[in-house]
Amino acid sequence: MIEFWTRFARNKGAVFGLVVLVGVIALAAFAHMLFPQSPWRMTGAPFQPPGAQPGHWLGTDTLGRDIAAGIAHGARVSILVGLVSTAVAVGIGVIAGAVAGYFGGLIDTAVMRFTEFFQTIPSVVLAIVLVAILQPSIESIIIAIAIVSWPPVARLVRGEFLTLRTREFVEAARVIGQSDTRIILTQILPNSLSPVIVTASLMVATAILLESAIAFLGLGDRNMMSWGYMIGAARTVIREAWWMSFFPGFAIFITVLAINLVGEGLNDALNPRLARQGRQ
Amino acid sequence: MATLEFVARRLVWAVFVILGIIIVNFILLRLAPGDPAAIMAGQAGATDEQYIAQLRAQFGLDRPLHVQLYTYIFDVARLDLGFSARQQVPVADLIFQRMPATLLLTGVAFLFSLGVGILLGALASRRAGGWADSFITVLALAAYATPIYWLGLMLILLFSVWLGWLPAYGMATIGGGAGGLAYSLDVARHLLMPALTLGLFYMAVYARLTRASMLEVQDQDFVKTAKAKGLPDWRITRAHVLRNAVLPVISYAGFQAGHLVGGAVLVETVFGWPGIGRLAFDALLQRDYNLLLGVFLFTAIMVIVFNIITDIVYTLVDPRIEVGR
Amino acid sequence: MTDRDARLLSIQDLTVALPAAAERAHAVENISFDLSHGEILCVVGESGSGKSVTAQAVMGLLPATLKPTSGKILFGDEDMLKLSESRLRRIRGERISMIFQEPMTALNPLMRVGDQISEMLQFHGMGSRRRRQARVLELLEAVQLPDPPAMMTAYPFQLSGGQRQRVMIAMALALDPAILIADEPTTALDVTTQAEVLGLIKALQAERAMGVMFITHDFGVVAEIADRVAVMQHGRTVEIGAAQEVLNHPKADYTQRLIAAVPGLTPPEALPFTEREPIFEARALEKIYRSSRGFFRGKREVVAAKDVSFVIRAGETLGLVGESGSGKTTVGRCVVRLVDSDSGELLFSGQDIAALKGNALLPMRRNVQMVFQDPYASLNPRRKVAKIIAEGPRAQGVPRREAMDRAFELLELVGLGRSAGERYPHEFSGGQRQRIGIARALALRPKLLVADEPVSALDVSVQAQVLDLLDELRRKLDLSMLFITHDLRVAAQVCDSIAVMRLGEIVEYGPTGKVFADPQHAYTRQLLDAIPGKGWRGPQQAA
Repeated sequence: MIEFWTRFARNKGAVFGLVVLVGVIALAAFAHMLFPQSPWRMTGAPFQPPGAQPGHWLGTDTLGRDIAAGIAHGARVSILVGLVSTAVAVGIGVIAGAVAGYFGGLIDTAVMRFTEFFQTIPSVVLAIVLVAILQPSIESIIIAIAIVSWPPVARLVRGEFLTLRTREFVEAARVIGQSDTRIILTQILPNSLSPVIVTASLMVATAILLESAIAFLGLGDRNMMSWGYMIGAARTVIREAWWMSFFPGFAIFITVLAINLVGEGLNDALNPRLARQGRQ
Repeated sequence: MATLEFVARRLVWAVFVILGIIIVNFILLRLAPGDPAAIMAGQAGATDEQYIAQLRAQFGLDRPLHVQLYTYIFDVARLDLGFSARQQVPVADLIFQRMPATLLLTGVAFLFSLGVGILLGALASRRAGGWADSFITVLALAAYATPIYWLGLMLILLFSVWLGWLPAYGMATIGGGAGGLAYSLDVARHLLMPALTLGLFYMAVYARLTRASMLEVQDQDFVKTAKAKGLPDWRITRAHVLRNAVLPVISYAGFQAGHLVGGAVLVETVFGWPGIGRLAFDALLQRDYNLLLGVFLFTAIMVIVFNIITDIVYTLVDPRIEVGR
Repeated sequence: MTDRDARLLSIQDLTVALPAAAERAHAVENISFDLSHGEILCVVGESGSGKSVTAQAVMGLLPATLKPTSGKILFGDEDMLKLSESRLRRIRGERISMIFQEPMTALNPLMRVGDQISEMLQFHGMGSRRRRQARVLELLEAVQLPDPPAMMTAYPFQLSGGQRQRVMIAMALALDPAILIADEPTTALDVTTQAEVLGLIKALQAERAMGVMFITHDFGVVAEIADRVAVMQHGRTVEIGAAQEVLNHPKADYTQRLIAAVPGLTPPEALPFTEREPIFEARALEKIYRSSRGFFRGKREVVAAKDVSFVIRAGETLGLVGESGSGKTTVGRCVVRLVDSDSGELLFSGQDIAALKGNALLPMRRNVQMVFQDPYASLNPRRKVAKIIAEGPRAQGVPRREAMDRAFELLELVGLGRSAGERYPHEFSGGQRQRIGIARALALRPKLLVADEPVSALDVSVQAQVLDLLDELRRKLDLSMLFITHDLRVAAQVCDSIAVMRLGEIVEYGPTGKVFADPQHAYTRQLLDAIPGKGWRGPQQAA
């Protein structure tokens, strides 16, 4: 564990990312205390640039809603969707990949053809269509993102399992009579976990981007303020009011950047050999 | 021979994928909210049950699902995707009208991202920690974190609103001539920002991929052989390293083509580019599911075509195709 | 031969530093030796001895992390360490050329074989395309490749390992260099191919009066081709001398130990096993691998085992020998039931285990265990050693405490000590890991041990220790063994009887002494003939 942290901390960017990420999570957690009023309420005059009105230091939008409040509350949706949809996608992907990679043969072919099929369909379009058909809500957004995100995990896990399955220590486990379940859980999975963790961290970032895109297109959950929605709503007035789309976009940028940096740090810490090769 | 066989195999696979997508499309259509017959009746201004039942029979909606699916597949095969509920025009017509704009945008963005990406990646791999290396590292980090539609908006803000250099909206100046060099230049000026927006992310992806791939190939035995032969560095890089390193990039790029088409929906929306992405956005706003799913089907088919093209390019470069797969 | 005037290359006091983090300061330290016209100098040593670094230093191809800190490498009157990159490029390939260990990866997979040779001629100034073509043809003929015109347009993946190594040799000889450096060029090849390639190198060397610096770990190969030998250990040369001298009267302590560790070719006295009961029997075992090649062609079939029958008696070690692709590993895997056989019987103490499934396999697993080839891949990197060993008994239902106690006892038995149990595999060397692998197999108290190339990844001195351990254990525990190996020297030392496999079939089967002394099948004779250094009997006999 200590070794893990020293390796992680050696990557300056990762530490910066972790600090930012903790900040964003805190913002989401304490949004209701920082901005007790609903972010949908009009609290000031519309079209106020940043700093023009006291209490609205990031300005107001076309209807006089506070941008800063929107960003704080929007952090909740981003974090929630990012984490939950990734968890679901990783769950599906690990199971599909593990089954395909361990048992091989026809099962493998079937599962991988199915995965490849899903990867062929343009993910953004499929996600949008799914949300539109299922009706926009936080649940349908999470489901849609999970459905389009699991294939890379399945491929990754399958690849790991395929190579590990023929590694001699796994064959040795079969020869001494361990059961399939035990072999998967104690021999293969622990050795294939680190790339999955790294991928999952990056998937959170992708999920946040995808959620924002869905909301940007007007398919967000109407009860929850979202960064993508704020940009979408301000898109047509970009000429008059740059701040309305700039700040929420910057919030997405900095959050996703932070997660990616943390992901790279995890990679350095979990796969020290690979990371070093990559840099040479 | 092996090449032909490989391509043929990919084509057969493509047919199955398209069939699968049609089925998914059919399921989604049935999942879409509202009874299609009631909607059609509503548009015609009628609400009585008898008329709705008549419509249902007319469109075969009262028959068992598998029969409906069967007819649907044949309809699609004849490019009959039904009518757009709002615009009262066949969906296929709308899509074909908008196709060229989207092909232009994605094609340019694809070539730009692949070309510049490979070039930057190759430069970066020459010296770890050099300027090109640092540049693509920073660029990639930024590109991975920027929402593509927001990047488009910020470019509009900078180049159209503040600097006034480039048009922010549409594909050509309204009222401009149709045809000729002037028109082409006009379209090119309109194309610049959308293509850049769409291509930037993938450029960063391909640059990093190329760099990693080059570094990997540089350590391989046959590069040692080339050095032991006494070849000059440029020759080793060009004839031995680059050719081998580019292969995984090409195959990855073909694989990623789908995401490029998906990104086009967002970029076309931001820049008012009159392609099928923009069409999808309109369909979303109007809850025109027939049109939306038609676009979905078409983007999926475009991706498959993209994949097949890259597969063919791949077979032209790699003699091992028979062994490789 | 060692006439100072005839010397081609002279390495003087060469020291190459390792990066700061490495376990020793220098890759090679103060080494000096000469290479003369028309001689083959073998540089021999175990892994980590610095022999490959020496070769790379001569070519000016050291990795960026390794820096020569002192000494000279004189070629003619030029010091290779001081030359400009462009001058070095001229010398490489034209005056000094090199071939490598791995023929499968040493050629560019995307370039035609002819182009790869021609490219070398082109960049060393042979201008005309036609002349280059003619020269390439001539070279491909010189290395005795079949159908040279077709070879020119072939891609490397269409060639076998031996053919690729011939292409490498053709390339290396393209400009008639004065020196050829060969870095373990036959290590990755099968024994019969190795014999052919060694013969080829020797013939071409004699014909062209080249100086050859031949790097190897194999004293058999040294005995086969060397004129002179330099023995290296830990980056230093411990002994240099004429081949006959070093091989038969080694002076340095280390050389003596190394040569003593090379298994001799005289099989031990056969023990009277025929009186003991058979413990395992394979009858007409068959296994064919079928792989689909898509819609348009039929399936490809590889016969891995066809009508394979043998008997192992209590306490007997049966050797299964053959080259790669002979099916010997598949047979071993069928015996431990890692691979399902297509047909035939596998009788353990009279019971057919070939068709057992699921839980019915468990009792059989207790009796038949396996030792694997690669000590670096055969232990789960995330588990402690004692736990790895205890896994078998645990899976068989032995209580945890008892299984752990047994694990620690076994660690002592294989000579590692109890404390080893609390550590992770990566803290051990290759030989030590192989001991852990043996302990794991023994934890179930098996009656039959299948050992799949258990020493082929180890250095010769470590190999001897592990073989000694196996011999000791089988006597102490009355084990029977199926010993799979490609190395006839190892087989001669270890096995009571031998089955020779080729293309999935056993072509010869009998007591080891008999097979070695009087081989019946042509293929067996070919294999025995191909053993490098077969005429060399080691210092004991020579003295």
